[in-house]
Amino acid sequence: MSPINFVYLASVLFAIGAAAVLLRRNAIIAFMGVELMLNAANLTLVSFSRMQGSLHGQVMAFFVMVVAAAEVVVGLAIIIAVFRSRQTISLDEPIELKG
Amino acid sequence: MISPILFWFVAIITVLPALSLLFARKAVHVAMAVILVMVGLAISYVALGAPFLGVVQIVVYTGAVMMLFLFVLMLVGVDYRESLKETIAGQKWIAFALSIGVGALLISAVSRVKFGVASTMTEGGPAEVAPLLYGDYVLVVETLGFLLITAAVGALVLTHVPRLFPRRTQSEMQAERIAAGANPVNKTFPGVYARHNALDAPALDPTGEPIEESVSRVLKIRHQMSDGAEFKDENRSRRRELGAKEGDA
Repeated sequence: MSPINFVYLASVLFAIGAAAVLLRRNAIIAFMGVELMLNAANLTLVSFSRMQGSLHGQVMAFFVMVVAAAEVVVGLAIIIAVFRSRQTISLDEPIELKG
Repeated sequence: MISPILFWFVAIITVLPALSLLFARKAVHVAMAVILVMVGLAISYVALGAPFLGVVQIVVYTGAVMMLFLFVLMLVGVDYRESLKETIAGQKWIAFALSIGVGALLISAVSRVKFGVASTMTEGGPAEVAPLLYGDYVLVVETLGFLLITAAVGALVLTHVPRLFPRRTQSEMQAERIAAGANPVNKTFPGVYARHNALDAPALDPTGEPIEESVSRVLKIRHQMSDGAEFKDENRSRRRELGAKEGDA
């Protein structure tokens, strides 16, 4: 079975992650959707690395993981800060942000 | 080549739990499902000749990132349910259509291109990845170091709450309690001394009556307290044995 199938799998996972970001109003679940999209991108990088027979794709995936870890830390800190000030993590509430 | 069984196994344990992102009601269930997705992806990395990355995936995602998600879920309350009211009319169907569109677009774009597959499989262990990381990409690694430090400081700054009132010391709190009329003496310890010792038995006062407040509040609420009557009687009979007159204190 060719590694290209993993790229199809990654496409499906990316679509699910995108749907979660668009659909869910719980900030944490939407954030997990973002994580899933990043992981889908990682899976394509690794499977293309396998097809090319080089390690550069894997190194890129490693960098994406590091950036994702940093992003999660800051994002969750923002969610906690919002929860502290508004007592909710619903993504519908900041609708009041508009002028 | 990758065995089809392995591919379908990975596909099932990634896509099915990932669907819970869309349909599960509770955020904790979603988090557990996403952990399973991460493990499935780690398996596929190992199958694709990247065992180092597979281990990093397990350590970073299931070990750190998803646990961080669970911590935050506990901070904001596990029972939090999202409202079903839609702010934008038909948002659900628009979102479904858009995401299915994105998926279809990606799959059709990939299927139109013919990819060759290298016959040699990379080993992908740390010994192979490290020279690349600290050779060609050393600047990127250093930049990522800066990024991680900045992220850590950013998280500290974002979650920091300045103290609004001066900290109350223990002696201040004690003075307040005494001023409010609290008993300065310790509560009696439970248990019937010299005869019996148990947390569920109330202590006896000098007249042989049980002292209610000597038993822990928790045990009382759970109805696990013995009322002490048995010890009271036993005490009487004991004193009778010793020759004391009935009614003596």
